Amino acid sequence: MKQYFHSVELDADKCCGCTNCLKRCPTEAIRIHKGKAHILSERCIDCGECIRICPHHAKRAHSNPLEDIEQYKIKIALPAPALFGQFNNLDDIDIVLTGLRAVGFDFIYEVSRGAEIVSELTRNMIRDNKLRKPIISSACPAVVRLIKIRFPELCGNVMPLLAPMEVAAKLARREVRGMTGLDDKDIGVFFITPCPAKVTEINSPNHAEKSAVSGAIAISQLYPALTHAMDHLTTVESIAKSGLIGVGWATSGGEAAAMLGEKYLAADGIENVIRVLEELEDDHIRDVDFIELNACSGGCVGGVLTVENPYVAQARIHNLRKYLPVSLNHLDEKDVDAMLWEKELTYNAESFALSDDIMEAMEMMDKMEKICADLPGLDCGSCGAPTCRAMAEDIVKGVAKETDCIHKLKAKIQSVYDQLSSTL
Amino acid sequence: MSSIHLHYDVSGEDFTRAGEASGSVKKRLKALGYNTDAIRRVAIAMYEAEINMVIHAEGGFVDVDIYPDHVDILMSDKGPGIPDVEKAMQEGFSTAPDNVRNLGFGAGMGLPNIKKYTDDMRIETKIGVGTDLYLTVKVNQ
Repeated sequence: MKQYFHSVELDADKCCGCTNCLKRCPTEAIRIHKGKAHILSERCIDCGECIRICPHHAKRAHSNPLEDIEQYKIKIALPAPALFGQFNNLDDIDIVLTGLRAVGFDFIYEVSRGAEIVSELTRNMIRDNKLRKPIISSACPAVVRLIKIRFPELCGNVMPLLAPMEVAAKLARREVRGMTGLDDKDIGVFFITPCPAKVTEINSPNHAEKSAVSGAIAISQLYPALTHAMDHLTTVESIAKSGLIGVGWATSGGEAAAMLGEKYLAADGIENVIRVLEELEDDHIRDVDFIELNACSGGCVGGVLTVENPYVAQARIHNLRKYLPVSLNHLDEKDVDAMLWEKELTYNAESFALSDDIMEAMEMMDKMEKICADLPGLDCGSCGAPTCRAMAEDIVKGVAKETDCIHKLKAKIQSVYDQLSSTL
Repeated sequence: MSSIHLHYDVSGEDFTRAGEASGSVKKRLKALGYNTDAIRRVAIAMYEAEINMVIHAEGGFVDVDIYPDHVDILMSDKGPGIPDVEKAMQEGFSTAPDNVRNLGFGAGMGLPNIKKYTDDMRIETKIGVGTDLYLTVKVNQ
């Protein structure tokens, strides 16, 4: 079986086996077994909802500590635009970028620069009518993974373009190679990430064998060192090269607005995203050319690895954009090939299919329906599965038994008790 | 076992609930690892027909039989019946009221769309009695 990399991990010592993450997971990828949460690898999309909800902080995202940049001769930081919404009273992006220089990075390349180039190429592709409409943005890796495991017929609608992070990494590498003459292996490219899905995307990309990014540092982890550095700057360097289009990608609707057209739609928050995808699958959403979907509420500013309330961050991004030019980065036609996906997005049926043999799957489903009809239907999660239906599925798969249901067990004990009392 | 049988009652009172049956069938077909093109066609056809049942017929019931190589669907209602089936099959013909059109439905694409996405479609309708819509979606090898 294929191995999946996930950036969402469990700290078993902190997990008390409550049902918070179980009930929140949008792909039913969590089970509680022997008092601890387990992630079903083939279903997890690394959206980070479990990290957000866990009251015991038992879920965490695997990301790189800042020290990891020391392995490289040249250290490049790729700040996500969401980073700029994390600071109070910030009126100049260069303060953040100079702060990144102060914490140890040699070269800064804003992901928003890549975003402007991706927006331009997307506009060209829509204009040239080369893609199946409506085109679904490929920028949010959690959404792309969700489509890959749950929406087979929509795989072909996903924009076959690298996300801005990847484009920025390639361009930054090229620039630094040109400046220093160094090899790629000596250049460390670190994404300053708002979310765990991006960490997964770096380690196990949807679009290619290997990512151009070396690692990811969580905004929340970098925040103390970065704010300290920003408070102690003596000069502010002029580094920033993005316009309002690129910075706008930090919030929901920013990418869609960059299409400069009218027939677009932007949805954020994983439940809303799922509703849109379901309706798209049913052919109910028509007359739309482009669909921007963000797994987090508010867009990337709502990422689980950010520190600021997403709506506060959104307001700040809005303010920062006021004084920026429209766009400062433009597509070089020579780069187009390098921006396309190396491999097609293919549906991964095994995530939800009961069996790869349809006859066997039908038999299993028949049993499942019967088991399900006999369960209490409370979806309480006490058995360790998120719903009674999920439990019935687990029973059919042989990984759970009916008496894992506490209501079933209670009824059984009651009947034994009744029998005993009648004989006494 | 030759098929999986599913039954749904479709409520005629609430638009927002239209799509529940097709959504449930879609989920089950995916769990069966069913042919993805067939899943899509079943989903679209059923969704359209469900909307029709809500708009025109105050609900009804749906019976679905899933076979390894095809899906049979019966959508049955006790609505007013379709006076002129041939006319109803024309693209753009609609008798939907304005409040329904405002929601983006009732564009007169329902029946033509259902026909387009299914391999077989049969309508049995009687004025004042109701309409039975029989649909078959085959797995294209």
